[in-house]
Amino acid sequence: MSKLTAADFAPHSNEHHCHALSRPSLSYWQDAWIRLKSNKRALASGCLIIGLLIFTLLGPLLWSVNSSEQDLDQLSTPPGSARSALIIPDYEPWAGPTTTVTELELAGSATTQSVRLQWTSLPEANGHRIYRNLYPVGEEKAYGIPMAEFFDNNTLYFEDRLNLSPGIYYYSVVALGNNRRPTTEAATIRVDVLRATTVDEAIAQGLVEEGEEIAVGDTVNTALHPLGTDYLGRDMLARLMEGARVSLFIGIFAPLLYVLMGVVYGSIAGFMGGKVDQLMMRFADFVVALPFLLFMILFKISFGIGPGESGIFPMLMAMVVLLWPATARLVRGQIMQIREQGYVEASKLLGAKSSYLILRHMLPNTLGVVLVTLTFEIPRAIFTEAFLSFIGMGVAPPTPSWGSMSNEGIKTMLNTPHELIFPALLISITVLAFNLLGDGLRDALDARMRNTE
Amino acid sequence: MMWFIGKRLVQGLITVWFIATATFFAMHNVPGDPLLNDRATTAIIRANLEAKYGLDKPVTTQYFIYLNNIAHGDFGISFAQENREVNDIIREHFPVSAILGILAVVIAAVGGILWGSLTALYRNRLPDYIIMFLVILGISVPSFVVAALSQLGIVTINSLLGRTFLPVAGWGTISHMLVPALVLGLTTMAYLTRLMRSSMLEIVNSDFVRTAKSKGVPPARIFARHQLRNAVLPVITVLGPSIAAITTGGFVVEIVFAIPGLGRFFVEAVQQLDYTVIMGTTVFYGAFLVFMVILVDVIYGFIDPRVRMN
Repeated sequence: MSKLTAADFAPHSNEHHCHALSRPSLSYWQDAWIRLKSNKRALASGCLIIGLLIFTLLGPLLWSVNSSEQDLDQLSTPPGSARSALIIPDYEPWAGPTTTVTELELAGSATTQSVRLQWTSLPEANGHRIYRNLYPVGEEKAYGIPMAEFFDNNTLYFEDRLNLSPGIYYYSVVALGNNRRPTTEAATIRVDVLRATTVDEAIAQGLVEEGEEIAVGDTVNTALHPLGTDYLGRDMLARLMEGARVSLFIGIFAPLLYVLMGVVYGSIAGFMGGKVDQLMMRFADFVVALPFLLFMILFKISFGIGPGESGIFPMLMAMVVLLWPATARLVRGQIMQIREQGYVEASKLLGAKSSYLILRHMLPNTLGVVLVTLTFEIPRAIFTEAFLSFIGMGVAPPTPSWGSMSNEGIKTMLNTPHELIFPALLISITVLAFNLLGDGLRDALDARMRNTE
Repeated sequence: MMWFIGKRLVQGLITVWFIATATFFAMHNVPGDPLLNDRATTAIIRANLEAKYGLDKPVTTQYFIYLNNIAHGDFGISFAQENREVNDIIREHFPVSAILGILAVVIAAVGGILWGSLTALYRNRLPDYIIMFLVILGISVPSFVVAALSQLGIVTINSLLGRTFLPVAGWGTISHMLVPALVLGLTTMAYLTRLMRSSMLEIVNSDFVRTAKSKGVPPARIFARHQLRNAVLPVITVLGPSIAAITTGGFVVEIVFAIPGLGRFFVEAVQQLDYTVIMGTTVFYGAFLVFMVILVDVIYGFIDPRVRMN
C-alpha cells in the first residue's frame, strides 16, 4: 500500500460526477412556445387576431360614427367616391321656361336637388312622355323608366326631383301621337347630375365648421365614409367594427362556454368510468346525432327574441346546448388514458382526493388538447353565426354582424359589390387566422410531434 | 354482421325518438301563438281550431299523439298553407335537396380523394403548395360568399359569350345543378383533401408499402392497390357526418340559387312559424341523417372487419 497523504482524505467534490445540464430545462409550455414562435404562419395569424381585437375594441374610440345613423345623401356609396357638394339656394318651385327653347335642354344646372328639362314640341306630337335611364338609350330604344306624361302640346317642361344621386342620367322625351301612344319621334339628353346641398342642410348635417361662413356657390365636403356606405346610407366602417364585436363575441365566448362544459362533462365521465360513463356518453351520442343547423335554428326561436333585443344571447345558448359533446368525448378519452398513468396511481396511493386528482393531475394534462380544440371551434362558431345571420335567423336588425351585413350586401352585389366584399373578407380573414393558429398550436402542443425534427 | 346491423338500427331508432322529443319540447317552448291570424278570431272559432289541431289537450297527451302519428309516418297538416300535408311538402321538395346533396357528396368525395392523393404524391412541391393553399381558402371562405361569387362568375361568362351558358339560378336541368352542387361540396372537399393527404402520407411510410417496393412492384400499382385502398378508409369514415353537413348546409345554396329544396322550405317555415312543418322537417331530416350514418357504418363494417368486431 502506498502512503496516504492528507490530501486523500479531503472530501470529494461531487461536481465532477453530476450530469451536466447542457441545455436549460424546458417545461411543456415553454417548449410549446418555442415551437409556436418558429412557426411563421401561426405567429402572423396570432398578430392578425390581435389586430382584429384592437380594431374591434379600440376602433370605435377613434372612429366614433354612429353605426345606425343614416346618411341619406350617400346611399350605397363605394369607398373613395367624390364627396364635394355644391351649395345652392333653397328650393323654389319652377313655373316653366323663361327663355326661348330650341331643343331638349337643361334649364339651370342639374343637381341632386332637381333636374329641370325644357323642350320644343316634337313633330306630330299631341303630347309627350319623359323617361329617365341610367344607361345610354342605344339602338334598342331603351328609354328607361317613364317619369311623366303630358297629353297636351303646351306643357313643354318637366322637373325631376325623384331620388336623384350624383352621376350620369339619360333623359328622353318621346312624342305621343294619336290615342296617346308613343311614336318613334324622340329626343335624348345626357345629364351630369351634381351633388348639391343648401346652406341650412349643410349646417344641419354638420358639414360646416362652426364660425365658418358659407355662401351659395361654395363647395363643401359631405361626411367622410372611408369604406363607403350601405344601402341605407349607414357608415360601413362603423358597422364593420360593431359587427366585429358581435361576431367575435359569439365566436370567442360560445366556444369558451361549450368547451368548458365539455371539459367538465368529459372529465366527470372519464374519471367515474363504468356505468356512469356509459350513461353519460350515450346521452352525448344523442346530442351529437341532432342535426346541428336545424336544431340551432329551432333552439334559437325557442329561446325567443324580445322586442329591442339583438338575439345574441339565444344564439350563444343554442350553441352551448348543441356543441359541447365533441369536447366532452375528447376530454373523456384523454382522462381515461391519464387515469392509468403511474403518477396518478402514486398520487392515489398517497391519499389524494378525487377532486385533487382531477384538478392537479388530469386537467392540466388535457389542457393542450383543449386549447387546440378551442382554437378550431372559434372559426366554427364565427361561421355558424355568419350562416344564421345570413339566412335571417341570426342577430336581429339593426344590430350589425358580419353575417347579416353579407346578407344585405348580396342583394346589391352587382351594382355595389363593396357592401358584400368587406364583411365577407373580414369573415374569411378571421376564420383563416384562427385556423392557421390552430394548426400551429396543434403542432406545438402535440406530444407526438416533440423532438422528431 | 346481421347482429351488427340490427344493433345499429335499434340505436338509430332510439336516436330518432330523442330527436323527435327534443323537437317537440323545443317547439312547445317557442313564444308566439300558432293560431294568431290577421283577422280577429272569436272565442268559439278559436276553440274549434284548437280542437282541430289538438291544442286543447294537455302537453303530455299532445306528446303521445305526436309520437303515435310520427310512428305512422304522419307529420300533420301545415299551419301556414292550409289543406297541405307536411308529408306532401317533404315528398315534393326533399328529392330536390337529395339530388343536390348526393351530387355534392360525390363531387366532394371524388375531388377530395383525387386532390388529397395528388398533394401526397407531390409532397412539398409546387402542386402540393397550390392545392393546400386552395384547401385553406376553401375552409375559410363562407359558402354564401362562394355561392354569390360563383353567381357573379356565371353572369360574367354569360355576358361574355352573349348567350346563357349556365343558368344563374333556378332548378330543372342538369346545368342548373352543377354549380350549386360544386359550391355545396367545396368545403367538404377541402376537409376531405386534407384528411386524404395526411392518411396518404402515413401509408407511404408503412411496412407493406416498403415491402411492395422492395419486391419491385411498379409504383403505379403500389399507388393504386396498396396506398389508395388503405388511405381511403378514414375518408369513408367521415363521409357519414359529411353527408349530414352537406344536406343541412344546403340551406344557403338553395336560398342563393333559388332552388326549391326542403332546406329553403324549412327556413320559410321558421319565418312563418309553421309549427307542423318545422317539426316534421326536423324529424324527417334527423331520421334521414341517422339512417345515412348507419348506412356508412354498415358499409364500413363490410370493408373493415375490425369495426363490427368491436
